[in-house]
Amino acid sequence: MKIALFGNPNTGKSSVFNLLTGLRQQIGNFAGVTVEKREGFLSLGDKKYSIIDFPGAYSLYPRAKDEKIVYDLLTNKNQELYPDAALFIVDAANLERNLLFFTQLYDLNIPLILVLNMWDLTAKRGIELNIEMLEKAFPGVQIITSNARLRMGKERIIQAIQTLNLTARKTFFLEDYQVAEINDQEKQIAETNLRYEKIKKLIEEVEKVKETKTDAFSRKIDRIIVHPIWGYAIFICVLLTIFQFIFSFASIPMELIDGIFTNFAAYTSQFLPAGVFNNLICHGIIPGIGGIVVFIPQIALLFFFIAILEETGYLARVVFIMDRLMRPFGLNGKSVVPLMSSVACAIPAVMATRTISNWKERMITIFVAPFMSCSARIPVYTLLISLVIPKIYYFGFINLQGIVLFSLYSLGLIAVLAVSFIMKFIVKSEEKGFLLLELPSYKNPRWPNIGISILEKIKLFIFDAGKVILAISIILWALASYGPNNSMDEALEKTKKLKRFSLLSKVDKDRELASAKLEASYIGRMGKFIEPAIEPLGYDWKIGISLITSFAAREVFVGSLATIYAVQDDGATKTRLIQRLKRDKNAKGEKTYTLASGVSLMIFYVFAMQCMSTLAVVKRETNSWKWPLIQLIIMGVMAYFSAFLAFQLLR
Amino acid sequence: MFDLSTMKVGSKSEIIEIENSSIKSKLIEMGFLVGRSLEVVFKAPFGDPIAIEINSTVISLRKDEANLIKVRKKN
Repeated sequence: MKIALFGNPNTGKSSVFNLLTGLRQQIGNFAGVTVEKREGFLSLGDKKYSIIDFPGAYSLYPRAKDEKIVYDLLTNKNQELYPDAALFIVDAANLERNLLFFTQLYDLNIPLILVLNMWDLTAKRGIELNIEMLEKAFPGVQIITSNARLRMGKERIIQAIQTLNLTARKTFFLEDYQVAEINDQEKQIAETNLRYEKIKKLIEEVEKVKETKTDAFSRKIDRIIVHPIWGYAIFICVLLTIFQFIFSFASIPMELIDGIFTNFAAYTSQFLPAGVFNNLICHGIIPGIGGIVVFIPQIALLFFFIAILEETGYLARVVFIMDRLMRPFGLNGKSVVPLMSSVACAIPAVMATRTISNWKERMITIFVAPFMSCSARIPVYTLLISLVIPKIYYFGFINLQGIVLFSLYSLGLIAVLAVSFIMKFIVKSEEKGFLLLELPSYKNPRWPNIGISILEKIKLFIFDAGKVILAISIILWALASYGPNNSMDEALEKTKKLKRFSLLSKVDKDRELASAKLEASYIGRMGKFIEPAIEPLGYDWKIGISLITSFAAREVFVGSLATIYAVQDDGATKTRLIQRLKRDKNAKGEKTYTLASGVSLMIFYVFAMQCMSTLAVVKRETNSWKWPLIQLIIMGVMAYFSAFLAFQLLR
Repeated sequence: MFDLSTMKVGSKSEIIEIENSSIKSKLIEMGFLVGRSLEVVFKAPFGDPIAIEINSTVISLRKDEANLIKVRKKN
């Protein structure tokens, strides 16, 4: 049996959903749209129920894309998801407004259970509700009180589900109800007014307000939180804390995961018979899976914080104070958190845009998020900076290298604002952007809700985006490990015959061979093939190879260079690699790494979408290949031309 | 008759009209009904957006949106 969960936003709908289904839930998208669909399962005796949580709405008539789902569903009984019954969750302290949507469902003759949630608030606000009277007004509807945040009312809801009355009602709130057309605003307004008139009369009978109490606590906190100075100061502190956690503390579990997968691959390769199969497992699949799992700490941390911000009601205030500043760029107050988390990693950032309900603003945020300089760019930046930027101090303490690093980050931010500003005019949307947002009262976070939200995000990433990441990393591995015909064997033989080769130690021999293999592989060929195209940027085929391999992830650039030059990896400082690169000369005898080519490369990495995982997540979040491909092309074009310009101006 | 956006923080007023626009029905659905009283509880810098308390809920609106709501001062 299909049971739908409906209700206004901020009524604790998801708390009820979590209370009923616990961990037995899965998220996906509603067919054809990118609105999150949460479905949970409940078995009572031999009966199985599927519970679907629909986006919160104030009425049947939609103003935004996510609300349209409810309208489309309820106006077509043949829809696969059309519910057999519905739970309608209301904020008991705000019954009047909540009843509008409820009476529409009532008139559509859907079997209903009315859940008066946040029941404790009624007493706090000095409100008394006469439930018997309410039951009389809606014959055939079971009415229950609950407090899902405190996990109260589960048994009552379950009992109501088991005793659901599925026969059609003969009573209506408005007689002869005809659902208005989606664009017929006049008819919708007339209906809303009529309903409110009747609801007002009903409320006068049902609700007794002993004394009007405002939420003094929330008001007091708000005086600081949305303060023109303190509000921003607090927000910056909150962002810095989140950023700090993701940026530095995520690296500990990430290195651990990295180590486990490296060791596991080495261990497995000893036990499997040597050959293609061994290679595929140990160098293709295991590192590929490792490359997916390694993102979990960052995703978990970011969503831990976002869930807290959302649960407490702070996120709505962030939107409130940031809305005006972000609007000129076609962004939303809610874009701030994803964009800031993008400084750590674009993947959780793109996933975090789900809080933005306006489609256009969400697409723009997703599109520009990868321009923020993420942590994977740092190894590339630091290598290139120490390579081509001299260590000069101005005024004794301002380091030129530091200024360059700062400029690279600023360039990313400028790209974010500029591109979103342009996209504001390009992306077409029928939806008019509006704010109209409820600022819920402050609440303590509920840890089970937060835990479930984190688990969902991790599941979503691993099982949806993970497939694409694994596929691309296996392709990249194959391209780097195999070459046309027996070119690789020939290259190995040639290297072994070199005079100096016999003089090398075992480790150095392996390194020389790995370098020769990479050069002879398909990727090596591709690097040479694209050399004419990247020459105007100041790059040679060796950089070309590293550009291709680092499509897996930006930091791979450094490792690839080390392999190509057959240099020992000496940890974080990369001194040997830097020394080797400084000596490198091209065919004409000029240095490969000059100020011009170095800066050109850095700028290339600021703009280029060198991250297959981000592409996979964007594909998942936008439900099509269109957006990630446009992103790949536009970011690539921007990277190419700015790098070209930088090289030509500086050479 | 005033635009809601011109009301000062802490001032109470009563809705007398909601101007036609694509979000008129949304405003009504959210409880902005003619005759209801409301209070401006706070404003963001530059007076945009503003937060309104109506039916004991706080709702934030952009200035353009608040301009659609015409009010009369109340004491």
